[in-house]
Amino acid sequence: MSLDLPLIWAGLIAVGVLMYVLLDGFDLGIGILFPFTRSRGDRDVMMNTVAPVWDGNETWLVLGGGGLLAAFPMAYSVVMPALYLPVLLMLAGLILRGVAFEFRFRGGLRGRPFWTVMFAAGSILATVAQGLILGGFLGATWLMLKTTDELHGDARRWSLVLGVLTAGFLLAVSLATLLLHPRIALRWGWSGTLDVDHFLGLSPIPVIGAAGLILVLWRAARRDHVWPFLGALLLFLSGYLGLAVSFAPYVAPYALDFRVAAAPDNALGLMLVGAAVALPLILGYTAWVYWVFRGKVDAHAGYHD
Amino acid sequence: LDVDALLLSRLQFAFTIAFHILFPAFTIGLASYLAVLEGLWLATKRDVFKTLYLFWVKVFALSFGMGVVSGVVLSYQLGTNWSEFIRVTGGVIGPLLAFEVLTAFFLEASFLGVMLFGWRKVGPRLHFLATVLVALGTATSAFWILAANSWMQTPQGYEVMADGRYVATDFVQVIFNPSFPSRFFHMILASYLTTALVVGAASAFQLLKRRDQADSRTALRMAVGMIAVAAPLQILAGHVSGEVALEHQPSKLAAIEAYWDTRKAHPLNLVAIPDRAAEKNHFQLAVPGLGVIVAPPDVEVKGLKAFAPEDRPPVFPVFWGFRVMVGLGVLMLVLGVWGVILAIRRRLEANRPFLRFAVAMGPAGFIAVLAGWIVTEVGRQPYLVYGALRTRDAVSPVTQGEVVTSLLTYVIVYAIVFTAGAIYILRILAKGPGAAPEPPAEPRPPGWALAAAPEAVDGEAP
Repeated sequence: MSLDLPLIWAGLIAVGVLMYVLLDGFDLGIGILFPFTRSRGDRDVMMNTVAPVWDGNETWLVLGGGGLLAAFPMAYSVVMPALYLPVLLMLAGLILRGVAFEFRFRGGLRGRPFWTVMFAAGSILATVAQGLILGGFLGATWLMLKTTDELHGDARRWSLVLGVLTAGFLLAVSLATLLLHPRIALRWGWSGTLDVDHFLGLSPIPVIGAAGLILVLWRAARRDHVWPFLGALLLFLSGYLGLAVSFAPYVAPYALDFRVAAAPDNALGLMLVGAAVALPLILGYTAWVYWVFRGKVDAHAGYHD
Repeated sequence: LDVDALLLSRLQFAFTIAFHILFPAFTIGLASYLAVLEGLWLATKRDVFKTLYLFWVKVFALSFGMGVVSGVVLSYQLGTNWSEFIRVTGGVIGPLLAFEVLTAFFLEASFLGVMLFGWRKVGPRLHFLATVLVALGTATSAFWILAANSWMQTPQGYEVMADGRYVATDFVQVIFNPSFPSRFFHMILASYLTTALVVGAASAFQLLKRRDQADSRTALRMAVGMIAVAAPLQILAGHVSGEVALEHQPSKLAAIEAYWDTRKAHPLNLVAIPDRAAEKNHFQLAVPGLGVIVAPPDVEVKGLKAFAPEDRPPVFPVFWGFRVMVGLGVLMLVLGVWGVILAIRRRLEANRPFLRFAVAMGPAGFIAVLAGWIVTEVGRQPYLVYGALRTRDAVSPVTQGEVVTSLLTYVIVYAIVFTAGAIYILRILAKGPGAAPEPPAEPRPPGWALAAAPEAVDGEAP
């Protein structure tokens, strides 16, 4: 068998992390938007829109971490201690916001406001720690898809403002990266002069991003409910692909080639068989769960008490 | 190497995993119990089963959420604090952990959403299927994580490569290593017992207040039946685990029994204060002849002196952890047998001493699980992979300051989160299933009634 197992696993983990960024991105975004809400009822609705799916979304993070551990143990053992404190902050944030889904509906006079704050603070902490400052934007477009009335109107304003901010932020970070890291600039065809052919080959990535942004701004202005969320996903996809192109094939930036860090082939092969069976099933039933909970959500969607 | 970072990392892992294990120990059993309740409700259409399901699913949601968040911490901690362990053995146990995510975590997480919020969205059969899949997911998760843990206790099916890393030669041998089957059944039975003890205690608590509660009476009978079946099986599974340790982990067995000398026909040490420095026991109370339950009289059992001092596990926590676990196991057996006798005489709900005993035994499963894991994990020391990789060689190159920061953070966050969680669960249990509002006739989510309650009740500004 001549499958390039390390390459396949690098790809699978990249897809897992992308799934995490997209899916947990919007439910972290709900927490980030909590400080801007009008009423407790709105916050209940917002939480209820993601309550059935947040746990599944977060599992992609466990797959990303677990996949890196299992497929590239050497990379895992280098990257994790290096990121000791950011990982700690991310986990602390994820704990506080994760339990808030249940605790917020159980707390009494003091408990409930406390867990509201913890949900928002935890979401923000986790997001900042992950460097996904764009989560709030995804959250806003998700809310446009899932809510009605005044909250939907708020969500539309959030989407427009955050969409512009996100796009500006992406552009600024991209340009700064190109200026500060000549190796990345080279990847994109810039070595003092622009290698036009090389850049054109990669140009679909920024084009996808621009298309996503236009979709968000245009459709949100036209009061569309579905397309802004899809546009936001496109914008994220473009940012993610850009990052992947800039750093591949290194797992720790330009320090550790993924082939060197890979687990033995028999371990990768066994896991690939498992993933080939399990991943389609996971994607299938995840899609089914989203289908079950499709449509608008109101304050009475919870099951508590 | 920074010794303090090692000690702190060990403390941190012990602290975080001790909190974590409480939740799986409870939710593996509770998920199965919920599946049984919903199945019985579908089959008999008796309201009591639905009431119990809607009651216990609230406790499940809280416990499961805390289990998820405390579990994510552990999977990342393997990298942040035990990176050498992963670098060396990742090629062997990595796939087991990856399979846990692929076959269990997604299943649990996805269908939990349907289980909690899908009451109005899917039909009763599909909802039942979701409950069954969540229960299946919890047991599958236990399968993989216990396979990984058992391999660390009794490693086989691997070889060491030139660069020191391990490579599996046979994954079937890695998974089905000698201590895995007995450990898996021991843990599954432990979680069934833990759940049954909690359900029994909560029901007995309600019946002590008011005897005529049909749902609590049913729940108590189910719990007593489970304890009566599982407690003797558990003692058997524990005994088999001991036999595996006798053969494969002699230094652990010597610590469990506080044996210092190697000989045949040891007495059984009931009570002792083991002293590692003096290599003997103080205040020893031993029964000659009873050692036959540890090993047959003609089999030589190694004592701790047969191992170099740096290869011996700590004796005191292993010896006493084992005795706490076994003592509680015997009490569980007493509870089960007593309960069955009362049930046959139809005096179960009327016997107040029994009900008080059942309430007192509520936390026994959790304590026994913690004690048992102390025996397993401390008894494996000084190794992380028994006989192969020492704990001190597995730690990450992190600084003392970093680990102090993380340990303090976890202590503070866990103190807040798990205190609040325990209070919320105890509040639900104190109310009891009888207090739950009657579900509306048309299929609405169970949370409907209170979700629409007045804003002022709970303090957050409307």
